[in-house]
Amino acid sequence: MTENKVDVIIVGAGPAGSAAAITLARANKKVVLLERGDFAGSKNMFGGAIYEYPTNELYPTFKEEAPIERINKEHRYIINDDKSSVSVSYKSEKPSTSYTVLRAKWDKWCADRAVELGAYFSPQTTVREVLKKDGKVVGIRTDEEDFFADVVILADGVNSLLAKQLGMRRDIKDSEAAIGVKEVLKLPKEVIEQRFNLGENEGCVTEIIGSPMKSMMGLGFIYTNKESISVGIGVNLDELTKNKITPNELLNLFKETPAIAPLVKDGELLEYSAHLIPEGGFKAIPKLYDDGVMIVGDAAMLVNNVHFEGTNIAMLSGKLAAETAIEAIDANDFSKSMLSRYEQKLKNTSFYKDLKTYKDTVKTAHNNSESFFGYYPEKINEFFEIITQTGYIPKKSLFRRYIKNFIKERKYSSLFKDIVSFIKISIGIIK
Amino acid sequence: MAKSTDEKLSTVKSKPYTDSHLVPAVQDCRQCGEKACLYVCPAGVYEWNNDLQQLTVKFENCLECGACRIACSKHSLEWKYPNSDYGITYKLG
Repeated sequence: MTENKVDVIIVGAGPAGSAAAITLARANKKVVLLERGDFAGSKNMFGGAIYEYPTNELYPTFKEEAPIERINKEHRYIINDDKSSVSVSYKSEKPSTSYTVLRAKWDKWCADRAVELGAYFSPQTTVREVLKKDGKVVGIRTDEEDFFADVVILADGVNSLLAKQLGMRRDIKDSEAAIGVKEVLKLPKEVIEQRFNLGENEGCVTEIIGSPMKSMMGLGFIYTNKESISVGIGVNLDELTKNKITPNELLNLFKETPAIAPLVKDGELLEYSAHLIPEGGFKAIPKLYDDGVMIVGDAAMLVNNVHFEGTNIAMLSGKLAAETAIEAIDANDFSKSMLSRYEQKLKNTSFYKDLKTYKDTVKTAHNNSESFFGYYPEKINEFFEIITQTGYIPKKSLFRRYIKNFIKERKYSSLFKDIVSFIKISIGIIK
Repeated sequence: MAKSTDEKLSTVKSKPYTDSHLVPAVQDCRQCGEKACLYVCPAGVYEWNNDLQQLTVKFENCLECGACRIACSKHSLEWKYPNSDYGITYKLG
């Protein structure tokens, strides 16, 4: 048993796994990082953006050395209808805290930094089973062999079959997961900067609500890279089944809406990709630790869907689990009471508190997806149509008709339900 | 022109294994009215074959996301990751 034994085994070399690995390597612990893909990041995708914190703590040189695409200076929000759209934009000259990256490059760079500091990295290694002895996790089984460690950190992603095997995580429902599909479209640098009104190396994050996912719990996104843009949608699985439409069909429709079409025009498809997004929020967080084991990142469902945050929480959870493992190794105590410190540390973070703040938001929005993602985006567009159009009908009559239709279309019961949901969400957030 | 799923999948590097890592329970599928797998998959892996009354599984198209595993309401899908050294490799992600 001692031959293949190290201090810590980490399953999965995504943002959470590599954050744990580099933290342990820095403390001179013997750590093995296992990855089922050809290299770290080779099976991963996201929107997407990574954030300054906690990236800078884990990888202090990332701004100069990491494969960053653009620094996000602008955030745009589009309320999309079939024939019109309303946009709001926030642009700031203050230092930005968000950067676009492509995961196959970014994840690899992070894992390489952990290896540089002494972590042992094993790619093409699929872990099939967690091994237990006397009720305590003692190692893992791959397709080829068994490995043993004092602590196993599960960073095996949103599907985490291993957490499920251990009974630490319940089955998630189709309403608690979204599918993200994305196209990376090649465009010349100058075209991107012109089209999105950006300076050199500056980026723009666009989030889109409404068409073509009217009445569906889903959002669209566009991120700008150096010489490509990432265009995609995230939509809850149950909505696809209910509406009998596939993610790719929706993505195609999304790209054809008048607000999006000119932004993606002439983009040459470099790569199509897909990934599951945990949508269960705070209430879906599994048991985070047990004797000899901790769960981090997507495997622990640590995603803030309201603010599009995931990789930052993943990195932080990996770091905190690793710091707990270091304390455990130094005390030679790998019991769950020792490893419960991980949960304590996590509970003190702003990320965890945010997850708690939004614990009902996604569910409430989902329960009212018809009004939140369909009816109101439409009405907002209608309002701006009145504001901007000129013609023979006096504005007063148009406004009156708008309000009359609003009352006519919306039954009092559903109007009441919308107001209650809105209040529920607001109170949930600020209380 | 909007691209089909197959056209898009041609941009993803993939090394399929000889056997499927996705195995639906044939009898359960016949009784399943919902057939969520047909809609949630981003890669069009599942197609319903009316003559054979069973799913055709194009596992070589799989992007390994797990949507079908979660959406299958009867839990009638044996789903595992492809063997080490097989499956997809994103170059951008």
